[in-house]
Amino acid sequence: MFRKRSLMALFAAVAALAVTAGGPGAAWAEIKIGSVLSVTGPASFLGDPEDKTLKMYVDKINAGGGVLGEKLELVIYDDGGDAKKARTFATRLIEEDEVVAMVGGSTTGTTMAMVPLFEEAEIPFISLGGAVVIIDPVKDFVFKTPHTDRMACEKIFEDMKARGISKIGMISGTGGFGKSMRGQCLDVAGGYGIEVVADETYGPKDSDMTPQLTNIKNADGLQAVVNPGFGQGPAIVTRNYAQLGISQPLYQSHGVASKSFIELAGETAEGVRLPAAALLVADKLPDSDPQKKVVTDYKAAFEAKWNQPVSTFGGHAYDGLFLLIEAMKRAGSTDGKAVRDELRKTKDFMGTAGLVNMSAEDHLGLDLSAFRMLEIRKGDWALVE
Amino acid sequence: MSEFLQFAFSGITVGAVYAMVALGFTIIYNASDVVNFAQGEFVMLGGMSTVFLAAFGLPLPLAALLAILIAALTGVALNKLVIEPARDASVVTLIIITIGASIFLRGIAQVIFDKQFHRLPSFSGDDPIAVLGASLTPQSLWVLGGAAVIVVLLYVFFNRTLFGKSILATSHNRLAAQLVGVNVRFVLMISFALSAAIGAVAGILVTPITLTSYDVGTMLALKGFAAAMLGGMGNPIGAVVGGLLVGLAEALGAGYLSSEYKDAVAFVIILAVLFFLPRGLFGKTGTERV
Repeated sequence: MFRKRSLMALFAAVAALAVTAGGPGAAWAEIKIGSVLSVTGPASFLGDPEDKTLKMYVDKINAGGGVLGEKLELVIYDDGGDAKKARTFATRLIEEDEVVAMVGGSTTGTTMAMVPLFEEAEIPFISLGGAVVIIDPVKDFVFKTPHTDRMACEKIFEDMKARGISKIGMISGTGGFGKSMRGQCLDVAGGYGIEVVADETYGPKDSDMTPQLTNIKNADGLQAVVNPGFGQGPAIVTRNYAQLGISQPLYQSHGVASKSFIELAGETAEGVRLPAAALLVADKLPDSDPQKKVVTDYKAAFEAKWNQPVSTFGGHAYDGLFLLIEAMKRAGSTDGKAVRDELRKTKDFMGTAGLVNMSAEDHLGLDLSAFRMLEIRKGDWALVE
Repeated sequence: MSEFLQFAFSGITVGAVYAMVALGFTIIYNASDVVNFAQGEFVMLGGMSTVFLAAFGLPLPLAALLAILIAALTGVALNKLVIEPARDASVVTLIIITIGASIFLRGIAQVIFDKQFHRLPSFSGDDPIAVLGASLTPQSLWVLGGAAVIVVLLYVFFNRTLFGKSILATSHNRLAAQLVGVNVRFVLMISFALSAAIGAVAGILVTPITLTSYDVGTMLALKGFAAAMLGGMGNPIGAVVGGLLVGLAEALGAGYLSSEYKDAVAFVIILAVLFFLPRGLFGKTGTERV
């Protein structure tokens, strides 16, 4: 009896101890910018390049004299992808570190957990999370840099319409990103004349999706499949998709727009389409493209410093940091409200995600043209036009 | 029908991995009464070490062998450095120590390897095999075959070799085994090495299918634990059957019910077993010693 009970208690303890914490890194300086990123855990492929990008550019900016005559100090915490931890770290940033602004929140889940705290403290918060709920409805102090999942759905459906596809299956991750994008896709599908004939989900740590894909494969009139999700999940979906011999086109989301997806999915990624920022195809853009300089410069800097391929996620951090710094320069101060007002006035800012034009009603400022439809060909990205 | 077959393929492949993890639990439990929650970390070590050794240019079979060795040595070190110094502590304390060890191993892996997901190439290509309308990857056959070979080898080892029998003897009665000349400490060490090696083999075989990263161990340990409980903690046959059942239940649950609750299946099984069948399917019927 004793053993049985203690096993049960232990089981609960192990379940609770699923992830471990990361530590802060800090040095004294004048302008404190905070960041809570998912450097480890299931969203590490977001947090890791974001972390590296922020560190690299803060060093560069400080080497060039800082901002408003002051040096920047970056305080980064690792939430391991856990929204509860993100919230705790956000409290610490606001109350103990007293940061003037925040660039971070790798996922929608962690971002939404932190939003109320920054709103209350009236500190500008530039999120790197994907979902549209972050800025719709508009929150006073919350901005974001990545394209929204709604835009990704629209871009995908636009492409499907051009290919004459009207009946699709969906297999979505149950993490914050997948759940949100699934909702947005279902919401806008009707407008493109698209009917969702199969709708399945999988958990963020799931390692085999053949049961779900079998159900999708057997759906009547299936013409294509969309997989909203990020992390290793979509790579496994792509592999299982090939295993089951499903011949209809597979669309992934911008959530997998990094080379590691192609590596993980291997040959099975051939022909997969996804909407993504221009950064992924920086060297393939025509020279006339106004975005070319920003993306090739960032790519060169990141790859030279870290010796790993660039991903769009690090680009979101780049956009967030420079949006913030330009707003601070224009405001001439680091006061929360002044910086917020200037962020809203951002015009013609060319970032890695596209051209940003913000307003009081639009805390993202991107439009559909910033997304490029890509196809994976011979283990590399190719532009679909 | 083809649909059911597809779910079943998925279930037994995943189930075979759970079975191997559960076997690891069983071996250590039998030798020491400890439920080793670092069992999942051996699976991770097997997969990750192979990935990184292969990245250094070692041929895959050699990398895999070295990875098994690394895991086995880690198992021995776990026993020597963590379990043995605390051998006078209660079993529950020892179990808690293994949880600490698993967190430690995960942390080390994060530093030595990295935090990204990795994949190994499939051993015999990626062309699926069609069976009655369902499809199976060649790698699944490797996993199933690997699990079968391990079960057979373990059977022979425990029933046909003197040393295997001395492990069994230790598990039945430690003191008596010691009195007839069995080196109990050595038995314990080999048990850890053996169960770590089995975990590593599972990790290597499954990495081409499920990918691996520093933190895949936690979930596998929980599922493997559920499998071992279902089969009856301490019974090797039970571990294998339990593993396959948990895998099948997950796949069928995801296919026919809702994929939302896939992970919940294993935990519902643990709870159900603890409430209604505390000794598992193949567990010894209880006798209380007075």
